[in-house]
Amino acid sequence: MSQPQLEIQLIGIIVAAACAVPGVFLVLRRMAMLSDAISHSILVGIVLAFFLTRDITSPFLVLAATLTGILTVVLVELLHKTRLVREDAAIGLVFPFLFSVGVILISRYAGNIHLDMDAVLLGELAFAPFNRFIVWGVDIGPKSMYLMLGILIINISFVSLFYKELKIVTFDPGLAAAIGISPWVIHYVLMGLISITAVGAFDAVGSILVVALMIGPPVTAYLLTEKLSILIFLSGIFGGIAAITGYWFAHWLDVSIAGSMTVMIGFFFLLSYLFAPHRGIIAIVRRRQRQKIQFSLEMLLVHLLHHKDQADAESECHVEHLGDHFTWEKDLSVKVLRAGERDELIKRKGELLYLTDTGKIIAEKSMLR
Amino acid sequence: MIEYLVEIFSDYTLRTVALGSAILGFTSGALGSFAVLRKQSLLGDAISHAALPGIAIAFLLTLSKSPLVLVLGATVAGWIGTLAILAIVRTTRIKEDSALGLILSVFFGFGLVLLTYIQKQPYASQAGLDKFLFGQAAALLEKDVIVMGILSAIVFLFLMIFWKEFKIISFDPDFSVSIGLPIRKLDILLTTLLVFAIVLGLQTVGVVLMSAMVVAPAAAARQWTDRLGLMVLLSSFFGAISGTIGAVLSGSIERLPTGPAIVITMSFLALFSFLLAFNRGLIWKWIREQSNRRKLQVNAILSDLYILAQQHENIDHGHSIEVLRTMSIGHGGVDRSLNVLKSRGWAAQKSSGNWVLTQEGFEIAQNAFDSEENN
Repeated sequence: MSQPQLEIQLIGIIVAAACAVPGVFLVLRRMAMLSDAISHSILVGIVLAFFLTRDITSPFLVLAATLTGILTVVLVELLHKTRLVREDAAIGLVFPFLFSVGVILISRYAGNIHLDMDAVLLGELAFAPFNRFIVWGVDIGPKSMYLMLGILIINISFVSLFYKELKIVTFDPGLAAAIGISPWVIHYVLMGLISITAVGAFDAVGSILVVALMIGPPVTAYLLTEKLSILIFLSGIFGGIAAITGYWFAHWLDVSIAGSMTVMIGFFFLLSYLFAPHRGIIAIVRRRQRQKIQFSLEMLLVHLLHHKDQADAESECHVEHLGDHFTWEKDLSVKVLRAGERDELIKRKGELLYLTDTGKIIAEKSMLR
Repeated sequence: MIEYLVEIFSDYTLRTVALGSAILGFTSGALGSFAVLRKQSLLGDAISHAALPGIAIAFLLTLSKSPLVLVLGATVAGWIGTLAILAIVRTTRIKEDSALGLILSVFFGFGLVLLTYIQKQPYASQAGLDKFLFGQAAALLEKDVIVMGILSAIVFLFLMIFWKEFKIISFDPDFSVSIGLPIRKLDILLTTLLVFAIVLGLQTVGVVLMSAMVVAPAAAARQWTDRLGLMVLLSSFFGAISGTIGAVLSGSIERLPTGPAIVITMSFLALFSFLLAFNRGLIWKWIREQSNRRKLQVNAILSDLYILAQQHENIDHGHSIEVLRTMSIGHGGVDRSLNVLKSRGWAAQKSSGNWVLTQEGFEIAQNAFDSEENN
């Protein structure tokens, strides 16, 4: 592994972690699509600041873009408040407009200067190591790594300093307002962080993949845990793993690094979606099946109790009769009988079924319910 | 001016582009109405991004850049993306916004991987595919426009056949279930039409801006009417108009890309509608509020003068404007209201500058305020 390779992976991990931390709150606060809006509209800020400073690495770019990000949120809010359109439509109106302004500015005035659309929208992580950070003549690594490291530290400090406030505002805005925490202050600080992070990351991974990094890992972790702190931690980890595996996947096929990081994020989400212990699809299907068998078994126990020692017991408690009486599929009958025998609730003598003592108690209990 | 327009429309390329953009705006405007009403404004954004891998796969499978093949691929991918969003929302606790963002970005990332993969293959350059990212209306050919026209016609045919059903599922899904409509199937059909409308435009305005084509005309049309039929027509009209204007602007101004030009035109149309639409427009609303406020202020002054008159022996006893001002703290407008009352002959100013109610004004106030108290 060469040094640029190592650096690319490091940047990837840092970007992923920096995006995941504020992303968790976007997902929990149902504002995920604002990240899409912000990551697009910051283009205007970047372009305008670039025209003023003529320097793509100027810190003013970050400042201007962050302000544009907040402006986007304010505009969406204002438009929504007029009650003329719903919030989703407001988002869908504001960011394409701002993005269009940005694109027009670039194509009319930027010409062939180093600011092309592909780079903004798609990013190119492979070029990140070329831009070195040189302090007193010593090369200490790629610039974007330090930029993103700074943003990561800001994000982590904000979340850990205001952890309690964020938690209350996210899960119970009413309580937050009642105890004097302004949901709006927290909201706008969070949006500011999202903007700064998007600006820092767009250079490396492009604006659309910022969305993937902000939403994907938190959503994946959301299916695995109930605790906020673990959710944030897991999101960072998943983002980091997606960054590394994505890099090697891209290396192997010689394709876009940022794109394959996103594919990995999607892949990990799919794994979580299918196999998550409680909330995964497979767990849900199995749980439903188990509940169905459990319920059917209870019905069978009641049925057996009802006909116990009756004249028709011979025919009613016959194994073959279950299909007719309950309209069960053969498969279900077999499973129910197996479950009943395993738990020693029913006994089988030949083709006839009998309740055990425990079976009888359970049947009587469920009659009383 | 007219000569200029004639010149523009006699230009073959520009005419093709303008026509294509108009068709596109027309279709996406119509389907956008449903999306906006069904709170699916951002679904368009997700679909257009999700279509990208479909375009790449269709190309990889057929090695053809024919618009029909690519549109088909885009449709399938956009459709799968939509179903994935619906499935995630239905089966997990993940909310719609997160599901949209996730699918949008993951599909787009996958598309990007495929595009860079195609680029590296020896048999083809990806030129022609990457125009789907930002759109390239100038590259529209007559045959593309014909394909767009036919596909749009099909979309509209379906829209007309299932008009009543779509109307019901948009406004009252519960009712449509109760009358036995297959709501899931209709939902999928309507979404499929939306997917179609969106992928048609990808080549012209690109993945990123396509969502605006869905939202902006519909949001503008919504302000002018409360009737679905009229809204869909208006929205189509707005879409077509902005498509044409955008294309013409971009054709006559150098280095003005078509997609953004269309989107900006649409955004201004929407802004115009937000401000000026009858009834709902913000300016009318503001004017209405002002006039209501003034009416209330006049009533308040009339009431104040009446109260003062009751406290004195004869109604001819004048009251200084300062007294009225003090009584009107919080709403103001004293001078204007007094003039209104004077012009109606209900109040008069005495030579001392003090104000009194006229006999007529006193009687009117008596009728108005005393009956209120008795009730």
